[in-house]
Amino acid sequence: MRKILLEGLLRRPVTDASPQPDDAELAALAARIDVAARRRLGRSLAIREVDAGSCNGCELEINALQNAVYDLEHYGLRFVASPRHADVLLVTGPVTKNMRTALERTYTAIPAPKFVIAVGDCAVSGGLFANSYACVGPVSAVLPVALTIPGCPPTPHALLKGLLTLLLG
Amino acid sequence: MTPLADHIDLTSAVPNHAPWPRVVVNAEGWLAVAARLGDGGWTLLGLWADGGRVHMALADDNAPPAVAVVSLDAEDGAYPSVGRLHPPALRLERALRDLSGLQPVGLPDPRPWLDHGAWGIGSPLAAIAGEPAPAGYDFLPVEGEDLHEIPVGPVHAGIIEPGHFRFTVDGETVVRLEERLGYTHKGLESLLAGSTLEHAARLAGRASGDATVAYALAFARAAEAACGVTPPPRAVWLRALMAELERMANHLGDIGAICNDAAFAIIHAHFGVLREHVLRAAAVCFGHRLMMDRVVPGGVAVDLNADGEAALRGLLREIRRRLPQLAELYDTTASLQDRTVRTGFVDPALARRFGCGGHVGRASGRDFDARRDLPYPPYDRLRFTTALRTDGDVNARVWVRLHEADQSFALIDQILTGLPAGAIHAPVAPVANGEGMAMVESFRGDVLAWLRLDAAGHVARCHLRDPSCFQWPLLETAIEGNIVADFPLCNKSFNCSYSGQDL
Repeated sequence: MRKILLEGLLRRPVTDASPQPDDAELAALAARIDVAARRRLGRSLAIREVDAGSCNGCELEINALQNAVYDLEHYGLRFVASPRHADVLLVTGPVTKNMRTALERTYTAIPAPKFVIAVGDCAVSGGLFANSYACVGPVSAVLPVALTIPGCPPTPHALLKGLLTLLLG
Repeated sequence: MTPLADHIDLTSAVPNHAPWPRVVVNAEGWLAVAARLGDGGWTLLGLWADGGRVHMALADDNAPPAVAVVSLDAEDGAYPSVGRLHPPALRLERALRDLSGLQPVGLPDPRPWLDHGAWGIGSPLAAIAGEPAPAGYDFLPVEGEDLHEIPVGPVHAGIIEPGHFRFTVDGETVVRLEERLGYTHKGLESLLAGSTLEHAARLAGRASGDATVAYALAFARAAEAACGVTPPPRAVWLRALMAELERMANHLGDIGAICNDAAFAIIHAHFGVLREHVLRAAAVCFGHRLMMDRVVPGGVAVDLNADGEAALRGLLREIRRRLPQLAELYDTTASLQDRTVRTGFVDPALARRFGCGGHVGRASGRDFDARRDLPYPPYDRLRFTTALRTDGDVNARVWVRLHEADQSFALIDQILTGLPAGAIHAPVAPVANGEGMAMVESFRGDVLAWLRLDAAGHVARCHLRDPSCFQWPLLETAIEGNIVADFPLCNKSFNCSYSGQDL
């Protein structure tokens, strides 16, 4: 273990350079979030993730945000276990009817001000599952969505850009 | 063990089912097969309905393993329950009943499984929709002094899929775990019906995102079997390359996550970086980090170019340098071994009975790997070994996974060396009413895909069975007698798919 730790001290960090927030996304979002609420959030966001019926592809890439290469926490972004501690609800999946109640309860448990981000094509539009008897469809059919990050699944880079837009916008 | 041919008249197999025989039996024949499964003579591979007919796939594990499907026409919407004689069929039959409306007569556990009473309809796969299941669910009663229950989920603390776990505990010790799943049921099989092969392949690739290559491959192989198509050699080798990259990425990520659940962060950090290397190499090679929609019926969608090959060579150098070092760190850290050794034991007898595949089965003495035992190209021309252990604990599953990641590394090396030149896709002309089946080894175990085409060459019915279906029930047994705090370790060492089970 000593050798691995020593190597870690001597090597350059593996963490990628920060992405620049997308201007178009930024402008669209700025119009939707009131300034007072953003000021209250400060420069840090606590995120609660809920899988509302995804295929788990989105979860793999959201988890990747926490590895040393993307190092989500150095931006002031972190995932929390309880909705009570969260500012942001990150939702994946086509909102299956079997998950709808649990999703709504999680949202209710988050203190205001709160923002919902729909992650992945399923959460944004229902994706390939849009016409299923078992799915409600996009997250916006159930909760007010502040930001959408499309992709199947979105890359960690795209996720990071979206989250930074919310934080720095 | 009893050879299939002694009990099933394989000469009466229907003509349009490939590559394994499908035989139509009567109720008596159906029950005889169920009884033999219950006796441990054969292994159940899957159980599903197609209209008013039930199909059961089974394997005879004798070398070489033989596979067959038996079919029964349900009379008046009912058929004799297999779960009554062979418990691994219980959840399959509950799901079958929820989706198709066919009644398994004598099913010991009549509770709904996938239907939570929220769809607004019942029996969504049946020609005539039925009544939805009532909301609410009765967990099995547990009685005893000082016992209490801990309900967990469907929303969990971490970034994982949704499911409900009902623990009954005595102090710190888990007396019983009961799972309730179905939260991610998306109606996949209903969307598959009526689709073109191209669209259905995309849907199948989203049954479980972490095994998207394996699912797309299983679907493509079943479609090719139904249509009598052989993909070109280069496509077959590229498929194996993708499958091994997927296997390696998942094992590396999961081993790190297991160590993280024992609060050993350094291994988690290093394996996280290695996994990222694999995904980036995959993106360079095939244009998608998880390689979704890259395996298609007839071949593959993207060819490997020189940049991709260079990225893979770089990846192999990195893995060769880092993996042994990290394996040694795992092996020599006593505080970590203290958490993983003898934790979450899976009885080899149960692994055999449930036909449990993947690392869960191989860590508990079930020596089965679809790549070797139901060989499909190019694995018949590649050299690899499978790990087999009988200690069945979290530690055993970690070592089996380490061995498999290492073997995937060796396989990628062989594929890069031996990759044939030529076309990467062959046209697939759908064959009216063709039926095909395939078994493909995902990182989690064997994925089964079965499909029947209609007269127009569209998918009439497609059934996908995730390896998790036979692993979830064993997780309930693995946690028994362990402390609650070890559940994340046990769960991660299995890493069953919620989405693949729920479909």
